This record gives sequence, structure tokens and C-alpha cells, in this order.
Amino acid sequence: MHTTLRIRRFNPEQDRPSSYYQEYDLEIDPSDSVLDGLIKIRETVDDSLTLRCSCRGAICGSCGMRINGHAVLACKTKMISVASEGETIQVEPMNNMPVIKDLVTDMAPFWSKIRQIQPWLQPQGRAPTAEYIASPESMSHLSGVMSCIMCGVCVSDCTVLEVDKSFVGPAALAKAYRFVADPRDGATTHRLEQLNQPGGMWDCTRCMECIQVCPKGVGPMDRIMSLRAKGMKAKVPSTCGSRHAEVFTDIIKHKGMLDEPMLAIRTFGLKHAGRLVGMIPMIIQSVFKGKVPMSGPLHRPIPGIQHIQRLFTRVRSQS
Amino acid sequence: MTYPPSYDVLVIGAGLAGMRAAIAAHHQGASVALLTKVHPVRSHSNAAQGGINAALTDRGDKWEDHAFETVKGSDYLSDQDAVEVLAQEAGQDIIALEHMGVIFNRNEEGHLGTRRFGGQKRARTFFVSDFTGQAMLHVLYEQTMQAKIPVYEEWFVTSLVKDDQGRCAGVVAFEIRTGTFALFRAKAVIMSTGGLGRVYEPSTNALICTGDGMAVAYRAGAPLMDMEMVQYHPTTLKGKGLLITEAARGEGAYLLNNKGERFMERYAPNMLELASRDVVSRAEQIEINEGRGIKGCVLLDCRHLGRAFLQDRLGQIYAEAKTFANVDLAEEPLPIRPGMHYQMGGIKTDTEGRCWDVQGQWAGVPGLFAAGETACVSLHGGNRLGANSLLDTVVFGRRAGTCAADYANTISPPTIPESAMDADKHLVAGIVSRKGPGERAAALRLEMGTTMNRYVSVFREQEGMETALHHITELQARWPGITIQDKGQVFNTGLIAALELGFMLDCAEAIIVGALTRQESRGAHFRTDYLDRDDEHWLKHVLLYHTPDGSPHVEYLPVRITQWQPQIRVY
Repeated sequence: MHTTLRIRRFNPEQDRPSSYYQEYDLEIDPSDSVLDGLIKIRETVDDSLTLRCSCRGAICGSCGMRINGHAVLACKTKMISVASEGETIQVEPMNNMPVIKDLVTDMAPFWSKIRQIQPWLQPQGRAPTAEYIASPESMSHLSGVMSCIMCGVCVSDCTVLEVDKSFVGPAALAKAYRFVADPRDGATTHRLEQLNQPGGMWDCTRCMECIQVCPKGVGPMDRIMSLRAKGMKAKVPSTCGSRHAEVFTDIIKHKGMLDEPMLAIRTFGLKHAGRLVGMIPMIIQSVFKGKVPMSGPLHRPIPGIQHIQRLFTRVRSQS
Repeated sequence: MTYPPSYDVLVIGAGLAGMRAAIAAHHQGASVALLTKVHPVRSHSNAAQGGINAALTDRGDKWEDHAFETVKGSDYLSDQDAVEVLAQEAGQDIIALEHMGVIFNRNEEGHLGTRRFGGQKRARTFFVSDFTGQAMLHVLYEQTMQAKIPVYEEWFVTSLVKDDQGRCAGVVAFEIRTGTFALFRAKAVIMSTGGLGRVYEPSTNALICTGDGMAVAYRAGAPLMDMEMVQYHPTTLKGKGLLITEAARGEGAYLLNNKGERFMERYAPNMLELASRDVVSRAEQIEINEGRGIKGCVLLDCRHLGRAFLQDRLGQIYAEAKTFANVDLAEEPLPIRPGMHYQMGGIKTDTEGRCWDVQGQWAGVPGLFAAGETACVSLHGGNRLGANSLLDTVVFGRRAGTCAADYANTISPPTIPESAMDADKHLVAGIVSRKGPGERAAALRLEMGTTMNRYVSVFREQEGMETALHHITELQARWPGITIQDKGQVFNTGLIAALELGFMLDCAEAIIVGALTRQESRGAHFRTDYLDRDDEHWLKHVLLYHTPDGSPHVEYLPVRITQWQPQIRVY
């Protein structure tokens, strides 16, 4: 097939470095990957085109980049899956990290966030002479997270990191889950307390982008939700995040629909009243735009609330 | 303070062998650093899928059986004292890995579970689904983070440095991100840079497997041993040559020809698909050559294993077949063929990882160690058993790290002048600044790769190998004329490709010279002009010494035999 790769380039050694797009026309087998195309350019047209790549089989995690706006592994992305005959494919470096040159990004911030969660097994007590006994299910459950190859694709497309650099991010949180869910690890409570801090597990906005882009099916956001559940179960000190979840379900259970002002008041509580006050301008604006249902403390349960409460009982008894 | 600081032990390469060595040296009290051309978790150890062997006595297995099957697999070319060490220490290393956090598969009782692998009668392969190497690599990286071992990421080594007394004293390297050269001083250097797969095209190996450590050590005076022993894996994908794990056959998959026959019945009536890799690859190649293949392939049939089982135990190749070959393993057989996979040979070491020379002494380059695929202890001899390579990396990585730390304790820090970098700086500046429409490194590499795959593959003979050697020598002569378009200092991957090509050409030459020298058929080295194994003349290792100009200098070492006399090898 014939295609054009439109590649964002950046050379830090230019006098006044700035990024620009360069187009390369390519005749290529449709079943080839975008990485094959990039290698072909590098090997036959322009060896200054710079990217990381190694295994070609989606296991080393080197070739994370954005193709047509979404982060992917270039080796795993077939030409035919991103363009039809004659169409242009846009190739850019990953987001949320500094660019070193062309498609090569600086992964140092990524790794410092991984280190932040103390990513090593911390067993308690003396190790057994043989292996730790663990159920087959517990280990194969972990293999879902251990398939993470640290490619950075989820971090690239994380919408929280885009606005808040202090967020530890989906890759580090998935890695944290790997230890929290490991029956051999003895630091679970400490880990959950750390993850409970600002920038931790409660800062995810559940946009699902990381689940969608992860090339290894790790499902980072699902792991973050599991961490939250484990944190609440372990009764780590409540945060606005965990209270939001609790109050949300409580309101639904008792009123059958969301009472947003009450949700905000109860989530923040007296302790965080300042933050609530800070939200007043936004609340006023929302009222004028018709975004706030006029409910409040006098809001009565919806008709048929007993059906909703039955649902609650059923779900609780099942989990 | 000088940058970089001087270390007791400097480990080049941060795959499994390198990180295991660094952790061992660290626990031994040495100051240690890792230097690697890619981030540690990008290393090619990732690609080991199927598992890691160990005969655990508490489940009725015997290390002697594992050792014997390894020796038999090697076609009696492995050094049996080294194999004994491997088999005896396997259990403790598996347990150590488990304690570090590797999530090995469990059986119903919660103990470590096993699967079957080729060339072995018992199921003694421990595994994490079918990404065992990756699961181990990431855990070892966790351990290096915990131990706070400094890692010089994305640094490229150009040569070894020796002091006045000829001792290994460090390396010259440049930082890929800035192009800045630095002299790394160390009392001991461990080479653990992995394999050389890119010498061949296609290969299962990653693009980074360019034999750097072998070539660097070889140029510094360390001998390379048994380089002719290049393993072709029986199940690789057509095209780019991606690996399909042996675990597929270990879990029960069949090999079929175009008539639907399980042809291994004719080649290995007892072990069938689980005969050793050289045997299976040859059988496949014969089927293909005699017209019983399908478009240059035979078929791997996993259909009877069922989708759920495939997804659970072989999930990675299930996805890989879908992505890269458009085959649903649960529905249809997968076309596969033998492909270059592993270098049994490498830098000659003893069982402590010391780069031994032909006199059985540490005289060539004292202070130099090697471990993993880069090294040749020799464990794998003429043919490596599946799931022994991961074991090799952790057992001999650990031993090299420990010995290097102990050795460093006995000597004073080396003194080498900064001018030791001059030659390499000059060479690199020359490549970058060279003008004109010269040849591209990539074009030369492709010529080399296809030549090697044509003449030095599953079947070999004199005339073809001489053609190949001639071609490689010619490529070596053309190497100084290659040019690159990137004239910058930052992340100049064109420059790296050029330097890697230089390393690979040395390795290619060594492979061919070794193969021409060994006038017999043994293990992976099968010569159609010498059909039989010849224990009388060739029960010995071929060692090659680099000479500044001209062909390598050939020496021999006897094979060390402890308890298993060579027998006829039947599977």
C-alpha cells in the first residue's frame, strides 16, 4: 500500500530548536507495522530520524509513540489498522513527558514516579526455606498486572497528568496494585496509606483512556479502582475521594437520585469547608447554566425507593 | 570528584545476567554500577517466554537427570563440571527469584508448578504464563532499585581499557543522549550484553542484540569459544522471525507437514515434538526442502489445546499469532519455520565467570568476567535446551558477580589516563563527520544477515561457508566507508548502527571461521560434507583469538567430562 507518514520532528541541536512535521511517502505491505515503516525510512531514506525500538514484538516497551493522536506501541500497530490506501498517518512522540529528539522522550520522570511507590516486594518475617505458598489464582491474577512492560503509553495519554504533574499516574498505580494484591507482600497497609495521599489513587478521574491505550491489557484504571476498594476496606484514613464514593452511594440508597449539593457538603465536611467555599463561584455559575438540580436537604426520596434499596441489599449480599 | 566515579565492579548490560551479577556483587559489599545501552527493562531477556529449568529434589527430581539431559542436548560438547554446577544450583536460584517476587505459576497446593520442555523427560520447567523472562527481568530491576545500584542508562561501550599490567581496568563509553564520552574505571568488568542475533536476518532476536560485548572482549584479547554453535529455534514466524515459545509444544502442540502428518514421528520416535531444538529444526528444514512444507513453513497445531487453556498458559503467543500472523491459534494451525535464535558460543569463561584463556588461566584479560548469552562457560555446547538460558543467566550471573566482588577486594583501583578515550573519540568523530554518498550501515547489515542465514544456518558445507567468509571479509573492508546523515551529538542512532555493525562483522567472521574449522556434525552445527559426529577428533572446543589484521587465530580446549561418556544421541 501507499501511505504518507507525517512525523513530528525535533532536533535539540538546531540553533533555535522547535518541532516541525516532516512527511515521508512510503510503499509498504499493509500488514507491516508502523514501526516497520519508520525503520524503513531510517534505513533507506533518512538515518537522522530518531526513535527507540528493539524487540518488534510488543514485549520490550521501547517504541511507545502517538499515532493519529493516540499513544500506541508502533511495533504492534499495523499500517492497515490506522490508514487506508493513500492516507496520511500522523506520528508524534508520547505526551506528558519531555521530548529529547524526534520520537524519543525523556522517561526519567516516568521512572521516578515508579520508584515513588517503592516497587519491590516487602515480605514480612523470615522467608521460608522453600517457596512461599500461594494460591494459583492469586499468582495468575497478578500476571495480568505483571504483563505491564513499562512502555509509558498510559502515562502519555493520561488526562489527569496533562493538568496535574503531581499525579503518580496509571503505570505506577498499576505497579502498586501488583504489590498490594501480592499475598507475599507485608507492607499492604503502609502502601495503601501512601497511595491515599494527594497525587495518589484518588486523583484518577476515571476517563478510561489508560485502559483503552494499554497495549498489554493491564487495565491500569481497573487496578486503581481495586486499590481504592482495598483502601476503603482497610479503613485507611478517609479522604475527599473515598468520602465522595461513600456519600454518593449513601445518597442514592436513601433518596434514589443524586443530591449534588448534599454530596459536596458531606464529601468535604467541616474539615475541608474551605475547599467547599472555594467552589462557590463554580456552583453559582452552574446554577445559572442549569447544571445544578434544585434539590437540597428538603429533597425527598423518589417514588419506588424501596426497589433501589432492594438492589443495594442484593449487591451487598453477593459481594 | 571525577565523573564517573571508579567502581569495584562495573557490569556492562542490564539484562537478567547483568542485573543478577550486579545484585550479587552489591550483596558481597562491592561498589557496583550497571552500564547499558538501553533501559534495563528493555533488555532482550524479556523475550524468553517458556520458563526456567530446575530439578527440585523435594519433588522427586534429580539434578543429575537435568545435568545429563543438558549434556545430551549439547551433543556432548558442554563442559560437564559447569553443567553440574548449573543443575545443582538451579533450585536455590529459583527459590531466590521467588522470594524476590517472581510470580511463578503454582499448582493446586500452592507450590511452584511446572511444565514440560524439549529434550527433557520430566516436567521441570518453572514458568510465569509465557512471559517468564519478562516477569523475572522486571523483578530483578525492582531489586536493583531497592539496592540503589546506579544504572548508567543509554550509554554505549566502545572498548575495554587495560592498565599498564594488562589488567582489565574499565571501559570507554559515550552517553547516547549527549554524545559525551567518559572513561569508566573499575577493578573488574562483567560483560553481560546478551546475544548477537542481528548478525542474521531474520532472527528472533531484538534489534539491540548485536554482539557488542563479545566483540569488545574479543578485540581486547579474550578468546571466543564454539562460535559455530548457532541455534535455530524450531518455531519462528515467517517474515521478521518472531519467536513462538517451545512451551507451545511443551503443553502439547503438534508439528504438521502439508500432508497433515506429525512428521516428528519419523525423526524422533520417542520425544516427538519435544526432541532437542537442533533435531526438530533439522527435521522441519528437511520437510520443507523435500516439498512437504507450505510456502517455506510447516505448521504448529494448537487447536486441540482449546481457547481457554491457550489464553491462560500461552496468552502472549496467542496474542502474538493474532497480531503478527493473523492466526487464531484456537481455530487454525500456525505456519512456522526454523529461525536463528541463540548463540551457544561466546566469551570463554570458567564457572566463576572469569574470562579464561586457552591455557586454562586468567591471563588473557585478567579482571574481565562474562555471563549469560555473551559468555560460553560452556553449558550449552552444541545445542541449548529450552529453559536453560534463563537458568544460565541467574546461576552464572550470580557467580560472576560474587567472584568479581571478591576479586575486586584483592586489588587496588586501576590507574588509567583520560587519554585512553582518544582512539574511540577519534573513530566516532570520523564516522560522524565522514562526507559523501557512502554506503549505509543498514544496507551492509542486511547483506551480512542474509548471507549468514543462507550459508551458515541449519545445514552447512565448506563451499557455502567459504563464500560467506569471503563476503563478510569484503563487508569488513567496506565498513570504513559507510556514512551517516545525522551529524549531531544527541541520540545519534545512525552512529550506533554503524558501531554495532562493526561489532557484528567481527562476530560473523568468528562464527564462520569456527564453523569451517569444525569438520564434523555436532548439535546445531550440521555439515552436509561431514555428516557424523567425530568424537575422536572433535570432542573439543574451538577457541578464536582476534588478530589485528587477518583471520582469527584458532586454538583448542578439551571438553571436560565428569560422569557422562559420549553416547549416540537419539530422541
